[in-house]
Amino acid sequence: MTASYDVVVVGGGGAGLRAAVAAVEADPRVSVAIISKVYPMRSHTVSAEGGAAAVIRTGDSLDEHANDTISGGDWLCDQDAVEAFVAEAPKELLRLEHQGCPWSREPDGHVAVRPFGGMKQMRTWFAADKTGFHLLHTLFQTSLGYERIVRYDEWFVTTLLVDDGRVQGVMALELMSGRVEAITAKTVILATGGCGRVYPFTTNANIKTGDGMALAYRAGAPLKDMEFVQYHPTGLPFTGILITEAARAEGGWLVNKDGYRYLQDYDLGTPEPKPVFKSMELGPRDRLSQAFVKEVEKGRTVDTPYGPVVHLDLRHLGAEIIEKKLPFVRELCLDYEKIDPIRELVPVRPVVHYMMGGVHTDIHGATPLEGLYAAGEVACVSINGANRLGSNSLPELLVFGARAGKAAAEYASTAKDPAPLIALLEQDERRRLDHEMIHPDGGRERISDIREEMQQTMEAAAGIYRSRESLAKAAEILQDLRHRFRSARVEDDSRTFNTQVLAALELSCMLDVADSIVQCALLREESRGAHQRTDFPSRDDERFLAHSLIHRNADGSSRVEYAPVTITRWPPGERVYGR
Amino acid sequence: MADSITLRVSRYRPESETQPTVQEYEVPLRKEWAVLDGLNYIKDHLDGTLSYRWSCRMGICGSCGMTVNGEPKLTCGTFLVDYAEGPVRVEPLHNFPVIRDLVVEIGDFMRKLPTVSPWLVAAEEPPPDGEYLQSPDQMDAYKQYSMCINCMLCYSACPVYGLDPDFLGPAAIALAQRYNLDSRDHGAHQRMDVLASAEGIWACTFVGECSTACPKDVDPAGAIQRYKLTAAMNSLKAFLLPRAAR
Amino acid sequence: MSEGVRYQEYHPRWYRPRISTFWWLHRRSYLVFVVRELSSVFVAWFVAFLLLLANAVAQGDAEYRRFLDWSASPWVIVLNVVALAFVVFHTITWLNLAPRAMVVRLRGKQVPPVLVAALNYVAWAVLSALVVWLTLG
Repeated sequence: MTASYDVVVVGGGGAGLRAAVAAVEADPRVSVAIISKVYPMRSHTVSAEGGAAAVIRTGDSLDEHANDTISGGDWLCDQDAVEAFVAEAPKELLRLEHQGCPWSREPDGHVAVRPFGGMKQMRTWFAADKTGFHLLHTLFQTSLGYERIVRYDEWFVTTLLVDDGRVQGVMALELMSGRVEAITAKTVILATGGCGRVYPFTTNANIKTGDGMALAYRAGAPLKDMEFVQYHPTGLPFTGILITEAARAEGGWLVNKDGYRYLQDYDLGTPEPKPVFKSMELGPRDRLSQAFVKEVEKGRTVDTPYGPVVHLDLRHLGAEIIEKKLPFVRELCLDYEKIDPIRELVPVRPVVHYMMGGVHTDIHGATPLEGLYAAGEVACVSINGANRLGSNSLPELLVFGARAGKAAAEYASTAKDPAPLIALLEQDERRRLDHEMIHPDGGRERISDIREEMQQTMEAAAGIYRSRESLAKAAEILQDLRHRFRSARVEDDSRTFNTQVLAALELSCMLDVADSIVQCALLREESRGAHQRTDFPSRDDERFLAHSLIHRNADGSSRVEYAPVTITRWPPGERVYGR
Repeated sequence: MADSITLRVSRYRPESETQPTVQEYEVPLRKEWAVLDGLNYIKDHLDGTLSYRWSCRMGICGSCGMTVNGEPKLTCGTFLVDYAEGPVRVEPLHNFPVIRDLVVEIGDFMRKLPTVSPWLVAAEEPPPDGEYLQSPDQMDAYKQYSMCINCMLCYSACPVYGLDPDFLGPAAIALAQRYNLDSRDHGAHQRMDVLASAEGIWACTFVGECSTACPKDVDPAGAIQRYKLTAAMNSLKAFLLPRAAR
Repeated sequence: MSEGVRYQEYHPRWYRPRISTFWWLHRRSYLVFVVRELSSVFVAWFVAFLLLLANAVAQGDAEYRRFLDWSASPWVIVLNVVALAFVVFHTITWLNLAPRAMVVRLRGKQVPPVLVAALNYVAWAVLSALVVWLTLG
């Protein structure tokens, strides 16, 4: 056994760093460790571009932000959580500003805000178009000043140690040496991010493999609303690199192969030369992605060697705005498409971007499993419901990271030490890893083959539009893939920085997560937000105004139950955009 | 354009070797492919034992720095077609110990970074209710230095760091300057000792390769020389007006 | 160092290549850098030469004539010509790099680096003209 802490945070991105700092601030006696499979500044928070929403303008109100979020989420959001979120978001962003975050400014020195999709008012704070980068680096650099936070960089958590119905620590693999150690803890906070790599085209980095979701699921905590996968309407073809929604907020247009702003055909408003809140290109992401699919069906998209695309037209914005407000977007287009958005159209298509679903938590970040907390994209509180609005996820990291950190510290201050029996669990896990992973006997299947098949299956069956046949078929294929995975070939027998074993561990997490997405999607017989069923095209509040919760049974199979959505002040209504 | 291109990749397996070796692989030459795509092709289809770091593949996380044909590069933003005949030599970053294959140990930087207090040191008065006001011009004063993605290409390019591993290094000093020049910061005094030490700015001889290598135009060399001026002025002031400096 | 970080400082199996003594020959930019640094030796030579000249003048007419004869010997002329070339190189590289160290902000905006360099060159030209006028005029 290596060490013991009061709070162990798994994941060193925005949510993880915020949780760790919140824990040490909540209780000066609490010991905190962050275990991350990458150095914290590599966490995927770094790629976020557009901005972070919080109410600061006079004339804006918390209720409006809540309403936009709840209707954006197609009423699947827990409204008490949303109310807490919108109230705390401004404080968190302001705190970051006091810690040095370089929010873009108005000429008078105040923080600037920009419009964003699905928001009725301008409330999206931004740091040029590298908001996530600046946010993460501010958080990371600030955390360096808290000497009490211990960090385990490039350690991969392979399992949660659970005994007596309580999470009591983790087993982790040190990438550099290959040694596997138990790190016991009174509480564990999962902040491992989403699972975009389950799909073939995604804005997500290679590290987004749903590790924390699988860890929680295998330990007995349920996953919630897994069927809600967000496609971002504007990713570059081939790479899937994100072109931020801010490009549309600054006035960009989406046009089809005829140069026509096609969104007007999909009940999203009428085209105006300047962006209009909650209309056309500033509509919600699920509706824009769905419009793309319809345009493909009508044959009005442009064919490329990497599939159909539409165009993002930024030319009318002018060089000055693009260079000042969207410099990173320009850089990405030049580097990866060899296109200058000042003069040319940018090819874009919807790509998987965010996971609304995740580990089920309450509004303090606590899961039903004692001692286990979760925050950020890995968690589902739920504030995003069936579809997340852009610029809500960065404040989500901060608000719920802080809540989880504080709650974990409070629990830890009165909790018992982890049981000595944990040492036995440690032996079990070492043996499991040695036998199954690090020294497999034989092995015929390539890890990359299984991974690619999983991704193609998910895109075809659990993409923007789903149906019972496609989902049932996918469930079978995934079952087969999990079987084939057991004979996955690990040729690399080195213990030093073995990234093939890491890839195998990540693939095993992804297979579990993919299956949970498909199972939940199969059972939700309605269309809501990002989950669209061609066989059940309307929203069904009677049966499905509820969260799906998927649990792992002892024999490895899964069962799905439903839990009610918390409605406080916003009864379900129609989602209206452009009117 | 040819169909494929040769990558000559540095391999190092510490359990069985004392020195790196070179292994050649033939990968498809596609016009959109970066060197990183070539490495991924090798790992997925040719040789699963190749180890390297990567994550975002869009030049913002800083994971995938390696030496390509002798130059420090982010392999996700370095395109195979630009090396069209090949072969392309892919080696780990220079000036860092090699753990395995293309993976280097950057613990030295991670230990040095906190020593420059890279966080906003607030004034003694409590912060305002709202935000600290900062005009766009005031932000321009430090913005460039805030763009560092910690990719370590600058350390790889710096011959001083290669010869003297105790040198604080370009990225750490640039980050210190990012805070020194931020109008909201009051920590310049507490960073002075570390920065103005023999292994701080004064170890730098302005080779300037760090700024050439930097993929984000941070210009760490400029940051260091500016601080030399600042530190020299501070010393002069302390000498001429000892009471004021205290 | 704080307890907060778990980094190994040394591991015997990490590979640390030795830096060759001739590292500066491996890249053109390194070579130019080393030549630039070595040019300071010639700057030092000019200072020494100037001090020798001043000393010769102070010691009277005969000593001064002896010094001039010595300065006219071929190897001293060659040395001084070579030194002049290096000193000019030294000056130009210095002035070109000056704006990187001297960032001037006027009324909130940065003065363009080209202007800073240009002003430095103008100052050099003016001072040189002054010296020429004093010595030859």
